[in-house]
Amino acid sequence: MRSEPFDAIVVGGGLVGAAIAWGLQRQGLATVLLDEGDTAFRASRGNFGLVWVQSKGLGAPWYQRWTRASAAEWPALAAELGARTGEDLGLRQPGGVHLCLSDREMADREARMARMRQEAGNQPYEYRMIAAPELRQMLPGLGPEVVGASWTPYDGHANPLRLLHALHTAFAGAGGTYVPEARVGEGQAAPRDFAVTAGGRRFAAPRIVLAAGLGNADLAPRFGLSAPVRPQRGQVLVTERAAEVLPMPTTTIRQTQEGSLMLGDSMEEVGFDIRQTPDVMRQIAGRAVRCFPWIGRLAIVRAWSALRVMAPDGLPVYDESARFPGAFTANCHSGVTLAGAHARLLAPMIAAGRLDPMLDRFTAGRFDVRAAS
Amino acid sequence: MFAPRPDRTGRGARRQAAPAARVEVFVDDVALRVPEGASAAAAVLLAGAALIRETPASGAPRLPYCLMGICFDCLAEIDGVANRQACLVQVVPGMRIATQRGARVAFAG
Repeated sequence: MRSEPFDAIVVGGGLVGAAIAWGLQRQGLATVLLDEGDTAFRASRGNFGLVWVQSKGLGAPWYQRWTRASAAEWPALAAELGARTGEDLGLRQPGGVHLCLSDREMADREARMARMRQEAGNQPYEYRMIAAPELRQMLPGLGPEVVGASWTPYDGHANPLRLLHALHTAFAGAGGTYVPEARVGEGQAAPRDFAVTAGGRRFAAPRIVLAAGLGNADLAPRFGLSAPVRPQRGQVLVTERAAEVLPMPTTTIRQTQEGSLMLGDSMEEVGFDIRQTPDVMRQIAGRAVRCFPWIGRLAIVRAWSALRVMAPDGLPVYDESARFPGAFTANCHSGVTLAGAHARLLAPMIAAGRLDPMLDRFTAGRFDVRAAS
Repeated sequence: MFAPRPDRTGRGARRQAAPAARVEVFVDDVALRVPEGASAAAAVLLAGAALIRETPASGAPRLPYCLMGICFDCLAEIDGVANRQACLVQVVPGMRIATQRGARVAFAG
């Protein structure tokens, strides 16, 4: 079989792969994007849609910086994708709150936010702990159990399906080659010389980026990389549409630009099980109603579950293969939040053939017992 | 999900042919009688209404369409509750079905 030559192969057509592929194509690299098909778990079809900063990276300031860098890139990403595709990504970054339903939750949150600021070092980290009386002026119809919230100006949300669609449309529009039903079969690796078969074709390139979500766990070792990711289930409930009422998202409740209230989110260690469970749905709905009792009067019209791509420590994994330079992995559970960084920061690094030192701490080498000891 | 409609013909069912019971409902304040067991969406169609909702996005007029709970074009205010899928609601005597204009208000200070 003859190889089709490209400048870069990206494996995985979800948010991570599509953002990187678009970023590479945008840099002028002829890029092929291999998408497994609808047998894949498709975390990118189940996202909650937060562009979220305030909870990310406690004890890992490099992750806080990366997340904030991505949130800062988001307006330019949304503007550029909007201009190229006509797609309105629904990006709103009005700040966000984490609601606390007890004094204990509030105290824990305050300690967490103080530590986040400390870890931000020289970079300002603006946040406020807001007690209920003031919070009631900011958010309509708060429940009596809400004692307060943490707030940062960095948080926001967007429509994840439109983001995925816009990335694919922009990628194709810029001349990128999208190949559906293309599960990677055979692969050959040599430094800056890679070939894979997929969908009955063969592709070759001096760069390959593994962004296959949970599929990376099996794929990475074949390219001298490691991606010890596991599934973590999240369930989401969606209400009927209502007139705009929430001025900003919370960690687990957001109102979409169309008016639906989205309620999340569970973190369940249940393996490759994408079923939904009434007890978890009840918990999600219950907490939402404690936060905003009026949500209880809205009908739930949809619900789903999806599997996060989770590393052992919950942080992203980015690596370049030491054995086969030119092979990269990108793994994370925040495909929406990190889309700005993936398209506009990571892709240029991959195009240049070298990850920036700011990503050093994200190496999978951190899970290597010998390296850690 | 699907309740059998009252059999008005008696065909095959060996039941006595009987006129279907009639239920009085109001579509935008206009009274009409509809068969027992009918959906509110059927009542809207029987009433010959020009619309039963205006979309929040563009204000476009809509009438019941899929009649099976999928398309949401039959959203109506039923007995004072907004955004109800009229095709999934069975009529009861005296039910008031009103045009839904724009989005439901979830919380009004």
